[in-house]
Amino acid sequence: MSDLGVGPPAARLLQVRDLVKHYHASGLFRGGALPVRAVEGVSFEVHKAETLALVGESGCGKSSVGRTILRLQEPTSGSAIFEGVDVFSLDRGALRQLRRRMQIIFQDPYSSLNPRMSIGSAVAEGIEIHKLARGAEVRRRVASLLEEVGLDPGYARRYPHEFSGGQRQRVGIARALAVEPSFIVCDEPVSALDVSVQAQVLNLLADLQQERGLSYLFIAHDLAVVRQIAHRVAVMYLGRIVEEGTTEALLASPRHPYTVALLSAVPEPDPARQRSRIVLSGDLPSPSSPPSGCPFHTRCFHPLRNERCSTERPLLRPVGATTAACHYAETTPVPELLASA
Amino acid sequence: MSKVLEVENLRISFPDEERRRFYPVDGVSFTLERGRTLALVGESGCGKSLTSLALLRLVPAPGRIEAGSNIRLGETDVLSLEGDALRHIRGRRIGMIFQDPMTSLNPVFTVGDQIAEGVRAHFDVSRAEARQRALRLLQEVGIPDPAERLKAYPHQLSGGMRQRVMIAIALSAEPEILVADEPTTALDVTVQAQILEVLDHLRATRGMAILLITHDLGIVAGRADRVAVMYAGQIVEQAPTDRLFATPSHPYTQGLFASVPRITGPVGRLTPIGGSVPPATAWPQGCRFRPRCPKAFDKSELPPPLLPVGPEHRMRCWLAEERDR
Repeated sequence: MSDLGVGPPAARLLQVRDLVKHYHASGLFRGGALPVRAVEGVSFEVHKAETLALVGESGCGKSSVGRTILRLQEPTSGSAIFEGVDVFSLDRGALRQLRRRMQIIFQDPYSSLNPRMSIGSAVAEGIEIHKLARGAEVRRRVASLLEEVGLDPGYARRYPHEFSGGQRQRVGIARALAVEPSFIVCDEPVSALDVSVQAQVLNLLADLQQERGLSYLFIAHDLAVVRQIAHRVAVMYLGRIVEEGTTEALLASPRHPYTVALLSAVPEPDPARQRSRIVLSGDLPSPSSPPSGCPFHTRCFHPLRNERCSTERPLLRPVGATTAACHYAETTPVPELLASA
Repeated sequence: MSKVLEVENLRISFPDEERRRFYPVDGVSFTLERGRTLALVGESGCGKSLTSLALLRLVPAPGRIEAGSNIRLGETDVLSLEGDALRHIRGRRIGMIFQDPMTSLNPVFTVGDQIAEGVRAHFDVSRAEARQRALRLLQEVGIPDPAERLKAYPHQLSGGMRQRVMIAIALSAEPEILVADEPTTALDVTVQAQILEVLDHLRATRGMAILLITHDLGIVAGRADRVAVMYAGQIVEQAPTDRLFATPSHPYTQGLFASVPRITGPVGRLTPIGGSVPPATAWPQGCRFRPRCPKAFDKSELPPPLLPVGPEHRMRCWLAEERDR
């Protein structure tokens, strides 16, 4: 991580406690549908100028966490303290003020940009809503933001369809930066981009963090991408964090079997270093009826897996260099994952 | 090694708004061998998917395969086929699976019906026999409790299970070749590994030739025997997989490797390829990678052919000549 040049910052920016988000079926045909338990009691902290990655597969609840913190969705319960303010208790006006400090960039920058609004207007919108500048000053700020994200300021009059995916993601980033936030939720920001462009955007995010001291909650499914950008990682499975630690520790000596499986499934572009793969059996269980006990026990490969795993839910506890929620984390088999790391 | 399919100088054109034709696939050649996997790797818009559609003559109108292109499937000249003869190729000799299995499955029929339908479309067997074969196919692609799953509708299955069903449908015709177009892109990594395992198993047990189309170099390593990297409608480098990964030679291939984040090795700043892929309506003159290439030189203004860089290893770059000197 030393390459990123940001030391372990201590100052707490965001503190999330016991966050729960359930989705209830609604409408005429809801029948006896069970609520989808997307987030089941998640706690974490994000420090100043730090990137925390929230990693997991589709349906694990990682995006729900990001959106709930920004109050784009209302939480079922729990608390989120951001810069000393209790986010979940704010009224509309206060919430608007908060949104100046917390922003989000999405996976698909095309569907998050208004096709009929020039990108200059899209970037200017936040500045105008929050009355951060007026008249020519707005245009000047837009131009400098476009430049900062690597776009020609002359593009301000153009429309989203004239841009490639990577350029649109840069517009999305400029738009988020326009209101001078301290914290940005990055929801799979490079997943839809081609690899050559993905690297450009990852580098840009790292540079902006350096220059502006930004904090990111980086939501992703790709551990190789996460390794590139995050200081710490929290791995989610079925609405819960199952392991958390510094990026280095979590990737070098994972303790939760699910983290091990995720790591071993990352396709590595090097035939000489094809690691022994753990291919998990079965699929993610439904978040409407998660398994009892350890949520991962139905797919777990740990040799010590037993009755206890299906009845008693393991809590997060420090094991080695990380914090893991597994009864037998001390003896989790780790194949040669990072032979050269 | 026996060749099962040979593609030579494949060119596919589309008309632009002024009805001038442009060439998203422009002179692609490769062969598929029995029991082997060839990976066609490239970013969006490079022409890899169109190339695979051409094998089945499924290039959508107003696109067309240009004269001078050649696709030979054993003794058959695919580009001269029409009507029933063409239908006999599709599915029966070349099977295909796509990225999104949900849109390829019919939501109102059970999985069993859809696989059995595939069986009966290609073989003259009874309904009961078709059902039996469907069951065996589900087993073969690793679906647990296959007898129960035959009665399931697509929406009742996960993404990974649906992709297995699609593979089972493709297998129902017992094709010699399976074209897999980004088969795991829509799936989670742990499920992706399962599907790749299934494909590998089928290649080994059935001796099928597989054309694996992907944007992900990571999938290719350890899964493909040979790799062809595409850029701007052309193959720019091809080699046995181990060789390509050991000595990527074309500046574009090198750029791809430098921009992929790794899970092992030192973490350093990524080196992206500058700029973006040009649109097919405006491929650059000369070497098509020239505007983005850090190594471009005078000669890059001329279009390079595929030149040898090593055993079975060729690249479309004039730098290959420099190495010989």
